[in-house]
Amino acid sequence: MEKKIIYFDNAATSYPKPEEVAQAMVHFSREIGASPGRSGHRLAIEAGRVVFEAREKISQLFGVKDSSRVVFGLNATEGINQGLQGLLRPGDHVITSSMEHNSVMRPLRAMEKEGLEVTVLPCTTEGLLDPLDVRKASRKNTKMVVLNHASNVVGTLQPLAEIGKVCRRQGVLFFVDAAQSAGAVPIDMEREMIDLLAFTGHKALFGPQGTGGLILGERVDEKDLVPMKRGGTGSRSEMEEQPDFLPDLCESGTPNTVGLAGLLAGLDFVLKEGVERIQEHERGLTDRLLRGLLETPGVAVYGLRDARKQLATVSFNLQGVAPSEVGLRLDEEYGILCRVGLHCSPSSHRTLGTFPEGTVRFSMSYLNRPAEMDRALQAVGELARKEA
Amino acid sequence: MMPMGVILFPSVHFALRAEKLVKAKGISHKLIPVPRHLSSDCGVCLRIPWEKREEVLGFLAQAGVKVDSSHPLPER
Repeated sequence: MEKKIIYFDNAATSYPKPEEVAQAMVHFSREIGASPGRSGHRLAIEAGRVVFEAREKISQLFGVKDSSRVVFGLNATEGINQGLQGLLRPGDHVITSSMEHNSVMRPLRAMEKEGLEVTVLPCTTEGLLDPLDVRKASRKNTKMVVLNHASNVVGTLQPLAEIGKVCRRQGVLFFVDAAQSAGAVPIDMEREMIDLLAFTGHKALFGPQGTGGLILGERVDEKDLVPMKRGGTGSRSEMEEQPDFLPDLCESGTPNTVGLAGLLAGLDFVLKEGVERIQEHERGLTDRLLRGLLETPGVAVYGLRDARKQLATVSFNLQGVAPSEVGLRLDEEYGILCRVGLHCSPSSHRTLGTFPEGTVRFSMSYLNRPAEMDRALQAVGELARKEA
Repeated sequence: MMPMGVILFPSVHFALRAEKLVKAKGISHKLIPVPRHLSSDCGVCLRIPWEKREEVLGFLAQAGVKVDSSHPLPER
């Protein structure tokens, strides 16, 4: 008998999406279709409205006053690269943590070879960064602190507001990678003193893949920002130079408008449900899973193991069984789809003590149900007993 | 017919923000392609009754909407 699948890979990309998301993309493809910001005919204007409304909703969600400072791109990685490569120069110093995803680590390591000074602050074995360490690591030439808000491996949430305060006091830019947390945890750029926020559209914002971007706070001077690409923007067409204003400065070429139509529907869904309610539901799922796993003999659980201090992302291992083997059996025997291994974050696994084998990761979304947690716990329990 | 005019913006983002604001104020308006005699830009501009110019420019400035210029349109 074919069992209904359980999708626990929402930290990679959320699935399923709310029905409205697919509907909005079909509607755009059938009824609008035109290129936004190019041409002045009604469909081009309608396409422009889709992109504009998505910008406005992103601003509403993260407490941004001026939506022209929301720059869309393919994903969080593109936003992170734009923020790092666009602002940091050889001789600058940047501070980051040992819990970063490779989307931050790889650009920094490449820029380090060109003369950027990089400090990677160690986190606790639960993945927490001490704000005091940030202050101690600051130097005269420190330009930026870049930090993963929530670990994609164990869900650990960093104390953003405290670190934001330290950054503001030291006069450095605070750049937050919210790939995992945007939509799942309330974030207010002003309250948390965030200067740059990279987000992805296809995880907790429920948009399709190929949507994401970067928000530039008011302390970021766009005159210092080098765009990663240049080209047609639909504006200032008489000029052969890139426009110097946002968002056009960083948005060249026809965007993924059909994707942004889907993202807009995803944002409407998140705003309608409410981030607080989403967080509460996910905490319930996480708590249920954590309690069950911690009671299962032969299972090691990593991270804070506290649903109130982490996202709905849980990493564990079965004693004596490789994560890849667990993942395969969960898929084949139980229809549970998860991600195993290093999750694009070798540094996190070194911090947690799970390098190089990695872990089994269950990552849930608002659309998972408590009954799925119970079925998953039963499956893990059976596998652990078989291996004991 | 009532004399009309257009407001030009540095980018479509601001034109769309302006549209939202004039709509909320109940002022008749339309986003149209920028007339060739005003600019070679390929974008859109906001057409409004020319008598509303001062009022519209006032609240756009207040809302932080960047405006390039405004022009009366020749009567048709």
